[in-house]
Amino acid sequence: MPISAFLTDASLCIGCKACEVACKEWNEIPDDGFSWSGNSYDNTRALGASTWRHVLFLEQKQPMGSQLAGIDEPFRWQFLSDVCKHCANAGCLEACPTGSIVRTEVGSVFVQPDICNGCGYCVVSCPFGVIEKRPDDGRAFKCTFCYDRQKAGLIPACAKACPTESIQFGDLEVLRQRGKKRVEVLQERGYSDARIYNPQETTVGGIHALSVIFGEPEAYNLPPAPEVPTVYLKSAWTSAFISAAIILAIVCAAFSF
Amino acid sequence: MAENHPVGFQWVVEARERGAQVIHVDPRFSRTSAMANIWAPLRAGSDILFLGGLIHYVLENGKDFREYVVHYTNASSIVPEDFKDTEDLGGVFSGWDAKNKKYDASTWFYEGCVERDKDVPYDVSAHCGHCKEGGGTTIDLTRCNSDHTLTHPRCVYQLLKKHFARYTPEMVERYCGVPKERFLKIAETFCGASGPEKTGAICYALGWTQQSKGPQIIRAAAILQLLLGNIGRPGGGILALRGHASIQGSTDIPTLYDILPGYLPMPQLGIDSDNLEAYIEKHRDLTGWWWNFDKYMVSLLKAYYGEAANANNDWGFDWLPRVTGDHSHQGYFLEMMDGKIEGLFVMGQNPAVAGPNSRFERKALSKLKWLVVRDMVELETASFWYDSPEVERGELRPEEISTEVFLLPAAGHAEKDGCFTNTQRLLQWHQKAVDPPGDARSETWFMYHLGRRLKEKARKDPRPRNVGLNALTWDYSLEGKLQEPKVEEVLQEINGYTVADRKLVSGFGELKADGSTACGCWIYSGVFPRPGENRANLRNSQDYLGHGWGFAWPSDRRIIYNRASADPAGRPWSERKKLVWWDQQNKEWTGLDVPDFTKTKPPDYRPYKDAEGDDALAGDKPFILHADGVGWIWAPKGLADGPLPTHYESLESPVRNPLYPDEQDNPAVMKEERPQNEYANSPDARFPFVMSTYRLTEHHTSGAMSRMLPHLAELQPEFFCEISPELAKERGVENGGWVTLTTARGLVEARALVTARMRPLLINGKNVHQVGVPYHWGYRGLVKGDSANDLVAISEEPNVRIMEAKGILCDLLPGRRAQGKAALEQLSAHLGGSNAH
Repeated sequence: MPISAFLTDASLCIGCKACEVACKEWNEIPDDGFSWSGNSYDNTRALGASTWRHVLFLEQKQPMGSQLAGIDEPFRWQFLSDVCKHCANAGCLEACPTGSIVRTEVGSVFVQPDICNGCGYCVVSCPFGVIEKRPDDGRAFKCTFCYDRQKAGLIPACAKACPTESIQFGDLEVLRQRGKKRVEVLQERGYSDARIYNPQETTVGGIHALSVIFGEPEAYNLPPAPEVPTVYLKSAWTSAFISAAIILAIVCAAFSF
Repeated sequence: MAENHPVGFQWVVEARERGAQVIHVDPRFSRTSAMANIWAPLRAGSDILFLGGLIHYVLENGKDFREYVVHYTNASSIVPEDFKDTEDLGGVFSGWDAKNKKYDASTWFYEGCVERDKDVPYDVSAHCGHCKEGGGTTIDLTRCNSDHTLTHPRCVYQLLKKHFARYTPEMVERYCGVPKERFLKIAETFCGASGPEKTGAICYALGWTQQSKGPQIIRAAAILQLLLGNIGRPGGGILALRGHASIQGSTDIPTLYDILPGYLPMPQLGIDSDNLEAYIEKHRDLTGWWWNFDKYMVSLLKAYYGEAANANNDWGFDWLPRVTGDHSHQGYFLEMMDGKIEGLFVMGQNPAVAGPNSRFERKALSKLKWLVVRDMVELETASFWYDSPEVERGELRPEEISTEVFLLPAAGHAEKDGCFTNTQRLLQWHQKAVDPPGDARSETWFMYHLGRRLKEKARKDPRPRNVGLNALTWDYSLEGKLQEPKVEEVLQEINGYTVADRKLVSGFGELKADGSTACGCWIYSGVFPRPGENRANLRNSQDYLGHGWGFAWPSDRRIIYNRASADPAGRPWSERKKLVWWDQQNKEWTGLDVPDFTKTKPPDYRPYKDAEGDDALAGDKPFILHADGVGWIWAPKGLADGPLPTHYESLESPVRNPLYPDEQDNPAVMKEERPQNEYANSPDARFPFVMSTYRLTEHHTSGAMSRMLPHLAELQPEFFCEISPELAKERGVENGGWVTLTTARGLVEARALVTARMRPLLINGKNVHQVGVPYHWGYRGLVKGDSANDLVAISEEPNVRIMEAKGILCDLLPGRRAQGKAALEQLSAHLGGSNAH
């Protein structure tokens, strides 16, 4: 089966949040609390156990290509719908001790809710801060990539609901190419800071949810070089062994005198 | 548009992707602005100055599409010598009756029109309902004096030039707050979308309509589009973005008090209501499509009254109710407060939150004897008597309110069959997916069974008042265990049929005035041409115009007045913008759309002597609904406040009218000023800021359908207002902190969203701050908050009686408002000690 992917394009997103709502409706996710943030129009704030699609609102004192927006100083308002990256090397999956988190045939990372025991190891292992435990439930939740819909030949609910095709769904390789081309088109049109967010060189080994963004990824809460924490296992264990050995040696030495 | 019509906005995004320039003019930087190529902030209420500036730019720079303007508009028509412009009379047009605050429009009418029948005096002041083209069967508008060189000093083109001479870029900068450079960039860009190869469209919404001069703002847009040749052509037009699903449908088949289905005016007592002949005489046009007025009216009466309607009883004309006064929403609530209204049905509306001066409206509700609310939840209008702020403040006491409230559960749109008509006049059918829960029922069920029971009662009561009710046809079949009327039968009745055999008609061309046809709404005729063929239910789009998907009235024309997409000789203006054209070989109009023109009328057709109706319009007159067949840059009749739009300030404004010191605001407006509906001065030190109400993507109107749903409520969970960092600094407000907003009507508390998307405007040398106030919250639901409409006045624009909710004056102070009774004292103190009611 081909590897499924999202390409989410900030240059087409109108910030309507239809993806957030469609995701919650389809997956029967509870609300994330009724708390007003005062941060632009973003009140769901971040991805988490009960928000699997999250639309970010960025008010920046920067120009958006040739747009005539700000009057006295440059201004732009950006929107981007963020989602689980379904990493090729997924920190959550590698950290899961119960085997609840599995890789599906479409390449997505899936949490089996009937197996998850709520240990939370996955939560600290996600370089994107995506997966989270739901407090009143105890188990960890995140985007399923609408695995159930995909099995039935349907595209994920968020992509289906997006009115402007800002969220595109399809084959990973196709979308990588499309994203690349889109950036070229945008740059030609004068959006000189357009770029694709698709970290492939780091230990996550590539992601399955690409984004077209403007400027630095940090502004979107996207790590510029995400790493899977498990790559530090070897060095972490090695240094732990060395430390233990040194302590043991000191202890032994103390008794030998 | 991105905020409130995200689904429709996908086409704007797509157009932008293909190279279209998107311009957004709005006091706040919204989601639409974020997606636009150019954004300009403007002072709320200065729209006519801005559009007038664009008209001025077109005229000064010779940017009009001259061939279109000469042939397809009334720019060449000559206006009589005794007409005087606002520029001559200091802010009013000739015919102003200052005592009665009304115009006599006779000097606005074209010069030299032929009167064919001298016996009937022509009454140019006739206007009611939406049938503004009505005006009598004696005057021949096609033969008024005109000058196709557009140089006659009294031709519309020259008057227009004179009228808008002062609407300069400097004036726009100074009073709209749009920097000159930005304005000129917009003017250059938009006016570039004109001519044979290009078109531009204008979309507007409640930002224009909810003003004391709303229709005139839209008129200004129409003038601009006619000058640029952007009406009746692909990619052109003026699109009214409606406030909710099927608001277009609810004017076509109206929930409004002054029109009947298909924009036939409701008879008005003492004006046109004596008998059917006089009514038709008044509203039928001698020339143009409204010559068919009688066919549509008689067919409507036959649909209403069936066999009981015959030539001897005027087809039941006398059974129609008469308009006896101001029965608009505002008029209702003013009379309700005065104890003149006994009972009220509220269906799919929430005036306790969404009505202007909702505080006034909640109190007015307490004067009713009974109130029926049909909705999906118990919304504020149903619960005002025990949990409104007025109860908390001691203004209303539940034990003293005698209003009996009946709350009836309503079905949602997925729980009933029915039809939506959207902004582009497209009828789209929807099927019931599931039965409604419990006792919830559809509107059709409720109205049908209420009518059935009333008719049963009336049958036993022979009083004259019941004759009409007894005569009313009410014969829909019922289906299912809920006994729902078959809605497709209603659509068939709307489509029309021949009375003798109940055979469906294929379109309004088959309707007759002799009682042989019945039709519930002539403009929808053709939607159900044969049994089993519900064209609103079509789902197979075949071309870029969407033919094959739904049904666009009239006659599935996707672009109205599309004869204008071809030049006077019937050839497309350009290959790129071709739509319909004259096929010389087959001697008929053809093209990509259904021609909005008599199919076999050649472009060079000239009317024969004494021709009537459509025959009286030449083959190069595309605007067939107008008696003269051309687009009206100048409105010779039909408007209550002038033949041309002119700038007036809002009813409350931070500045004096720069054009007319003696006419601050629209002189014909009804302010309905009274205790509890008071106004600030213009300007007013107590209320220095300009506020406008609006909506957010995340909620739906009063919030009754969104605040109750967790997945929507969480997205905008609190009432907030948007202010600039400059205003926040001036008033010592922090982002996220509480503020109290006060107007002459009321006070509310909100969280402050401090954002660079709001900015102060330099107006006549002074900073003017604008405050943006979404109005989705009320005292019920998962998320609650004060209602912004408590701040708005009940006012009535003279043509359509809408209130002004954009560009009103307010104050903003840090901190929460006083709670309970003390809130009234706080308001009173702010007003300067006057009675806070």
